[in-house]
Amino acid sequence: MTPSTTTTQVVPTRWQRFRASYLFYSFKRDRVAQISLLIFVALVLAAFSAPLIAPTDPYDLAQIDILNSELPPVWMEGSDPAFLLGTDAQGRDLLSTILYGARVSLLIGFGAVMLQGLLGILFGLLAGYYGGRIDAVLMRIADIQLSFSTLMVAIVVGAIFKATFGNLMFGEVAVLILILIIGIAEWPQIARTVRASVLAEKSKEYVDASRVMGFGSARIMFRHILPNTLSPIFVIATVQIANAIISEAALSFLGLGMPETQPSLGSLIKSGFDYIQSGSWWITLVPGLVLVVLVLVVNLLGDWLRDVMNPRLYKG
Amino acid sequence: MALLEVNHLDVRFALRGGDIQALRDVSFSLDRGERLGIVGESGAGKSVAAFSILNLIAQPGYIAGGDIHFDGQTLSAMSEHQLRQIRGHRISMIFQDPMMTLNPVLSIGEQMVECLRAHRRISHREAREIALDRLKQVQIPSPQKRLDQYPHELSGGMRQRIIIAIALLLDPDIIIADEPTTALDVTIQAEIMALLLELCEQHNVALMLITHDLGVVSQVTQRTLVMYAGRIIEQGPTKEIINDAQHPYTQGLINALPQMADPGQRLNQIRGAMPSLNAIPSGCAFNPRCDFATEHCRHVMPEFVTSGGCQVACHMVREMIEEAQHHA
Repeated sequence: MTPSTTTTQVVPTRWQRFRASYLFYSFKRDRVAQISLLIFVALVLAAFSAPLIAPTDPYDLAQIDILNSELPPVWMEGSDPAFLLGTDAQGRDLLSTILYGARVSLLIGFGAVMLQGLLGILFGLLAGYYGGRIDAVLMRIADIQLSFSTLMVAIVVGAIFKATFGNLMFGEVAVLILILIIGIAEWPQIARTVRASVLAEKSKEYVDASRVMGFGSARIMFRHILPNTLSPIFVIATVQIANAIISEAALSFLGLGMPETQPSLGSLIKSGFDYIQSGSWWITLVPGLVLVVLVLVVNLLGDWLRDVMNPRLYKG
Repeated sequence: MALLEVNHLDVRFALRGGDIQALRDVSFSLDRGERLGIVGESGAGKSVAAFSILNLIAQPGYIAGGDIHFDGQTLSAMSEHQLRQIRGHRISMIFQDPMMTLNPVLSIGEQMVECLRAHRRISHREAREIALDRLKQVQIPSPQKRLDQYPHELSGGMRQRIIIAIALLLDPDIIIADEPTTALDVTIQAEIMALLLELCEQHNVALMLITHDLGVVSQVTQRTLVMYAGRIIEQGPTKEIINDAQHPYTQGLINALPQMADPGQRLNQIRGAMPSLNAIPSGCAFNPRCDFATEHCRHVMPEFVTSGGCQVACHMVREMIEEAQHHA
């Protein structure tokens, strides 16, 4: 007997679709992307499980002994095996501090990009879809926003907050404020990308067709046009995560970011900078390396995504 | 009373150099279950007429005059919100290019369910049932599977079938088909046209077929409307127009068709091209291309005259009728 093959219909699951996609295919072939993703995932996992895997809690003042300050990493003379990467000027274990710091940096990076995405997608969609006066006003606001550097926004917002609520309070909500600052300072990047793709999508017939079907503007914008503009948003968001992490590090280095009691990678680099002349180079160099690697892998992933998702490169 | 009635419709496009008239004094009607063909060259205003019925003319176009009545309601006076209840629900539309009309990132099922649920308060499951039923009606092989497929996984003919299924989704009264078969393979064109015709008859849907293909019009429609440079120049029963066209332009269109009886002949063509809408000649818009144009045609815009069952806007036809009456 021959089995009947005509009636079986296999509907692929999402996972099967993903395995068959060009995205996955190109990932399998791209060694750089694989390594970058591996390092990125490892860093993210390590950072977010910091309270579990870190040898000490750098936020807990009771665990810190000032006598342990400025101990070098284990492979150098005069080190203490309890502190794998040495200690900073306050006697905190550098490995733990870096893990906690990377968590803060990543949190700010992701948070800021989410805020940027929210504002950028909303304003970009509105500007691109409605055009005319709304477009002109929103894009001029974006231009004005871009002409204020992140630094200026940070100084103004930080100063206002510190003046109103005091330094102590600032320490508690510093992460949120930095997300706010970087998110607000950089949203026009995403808004512009979204607007450009919306303009291209808007003239396609499926948008006319959805208007003919009697759909409202909001539904057409968010359900029909937005999904079609996601790939450039995805690409730019990846690059923006790296940018946000750098921005945060720069702000913290200048003393406008995270306080030293809850250091991010940037504020760690800064705290080490004062001791670099006295020979304690590791306090600056090790977190600096982590920052460089983190930003590098995110950028490499972004590059790879841009190559894959640019339809002109493979669809012809 | 007719299901759809368009009276003296004027559509303009506000451009920097001043307004351009895309439609002038367009009047026609459509009865329940009737099939009307709108014929004309590219740029004659066929699609603008279709879009203006649903008040969906793209900026900077606007309706400058006239009114549109549908089933006792005045569409041209409705708010955007009220119009949305009509669009896709009572009047639906089929577009030219099936490659572009479906949203590439949503599955067929999602698009159909969304359309249904935008107009009816039904559950997702019920909507899927209706969608599946419509897919069966348009004779798509393995309809269950298609619901979960994406537009790029289907062929052009299949996509156009799905678009017809979507147009029929909510049992509309009118389907406006804007060149529904132009982008398809010749072999599939006839299939799709036959399907559309059959379904319209089955559901008693009025069809407004916009095309430049007189062959299709003659097979499918009961009445035909010929447009030139934004104006209707001849309208009447399709048979009369195909067999006994009065207007020199309509005659030219029919003469331009390849003749099966007489193969190997050079095709006739109408000399010149349609004027752009910002430089429409005075008098009869067709006069520079017309073999019979007189000084009168160059200065005075012709009114409609009744000739048999047709209405024709041509000075020559009017004179011929007057002469015949004079002799009688």
